[in-house]
Amino acid sequence: MHMSDGLLDAPTSLAFLAVAVLGVGVALARARGDLDDRTAPMAGLVAAFVFATQMLNFPVLPGVSGHLLGGALAAILVGPWVGALCVTIVLVLQSLLFADGGVTALGANITNMALIGTAAGYLVALALRGLARRGKGGLAAVAFVSALVNTVLASAGFVVEYGVGGQGGVGFGTVAAAVLGVHVLIGVGEGLITAATVTAVAAARPDLVHLLRGAPRKLELRS
Amino acid sequence: MKRFFLGFALVSLLFAGVLSYFASSDPDGLDHVTEQQGIAEHAREHPLADGVLADYAVGGDDRFTGIAGVIGVLVTLLLAGGLFWLLRKRSGASG
Repeated sequence: MHMSDGLLDAPTSLAFLAVAVLGVGVALARARGDLDDRTAPMAGLVAAFVFATQMLNFPVLPGVSGHLLGGALAAILVGPWVGALCVTIVLVLQSLLFADGGVTALGANITNMALIGTAAGYLVALALRGLARRGKGGLAAVAFVSALVNTVLASAGFVVEYGVGGQGGVGFGTVAAAVLGVHVLIGVGEGLITAATVTAVAAARPDLVHLLRGAPRKLELRS
Repeated sequence: MKRFFLGFALVSLLFAGVLSYFASSDPDGLDHVTEQQGIAEHAREHPLADGVLADYAVGGDDRFTGIAGVIGVLVTLLLAGGLFWLLRKRSGASG
């Protein structure tokens, strides 16, 4: 789902670069709380796994493929802040080392896949955490749904960006229907890969699954 | 602990190094839609399209996709792992 340079006009590319810088900055500041001697190496391995799995395009329709985005997967395993950084690092390397995904488009691509996808996937997983803790089937179901939502909402990010400043003058509704439709199918693949990966990690090392860890520190909501 | 991490790394290396040869080469969902709707005509060539590892090949030869993939996994692991190791909370007396 990596867009090339030139699909968005310059102001839009720049605006979403700003969004990406802001979002990644927040993630950088918050990631530390989830990183220790045990989870830091795990997070590096999750990033490497997302890179590897993104290479594995699977067919979704005749002549159309899809690949994992990895935001929900990373968030479930290492938390949303570290997860967003994992996907960001993968996207930067893909663009600068493998010419996959444009350079001026990097801000929009990070916004979609690393920020929107990860946040959406994590929020769904968090809402369903009770089910995820009820055993393997529950965890698999939660991983599947989170990943599906992650893919569809990340693609919705592109639709919004195209609506703001896309080239080619195609109608918003036309782009939205086509992009969202195909990404529901890709999301099913993303869901299956995420469910398989998360349950495999949980079977071997449940302590390394962020979503299954003890209740997080309570948010201070009192004013 | 070490065995799990080693296994996880090995799976990634296998995916990128071997399984990548069996990946679909059809355009992904977004590329497909932008091509169908004429949006992709506005795409500019990637400024690093002549890079050694461009398009997950080595020097343009995609018989070496597996090698490009393994390099990618190792660079990602080094960069991400290094960043996360620097960012982590230091435990004074870890057991």
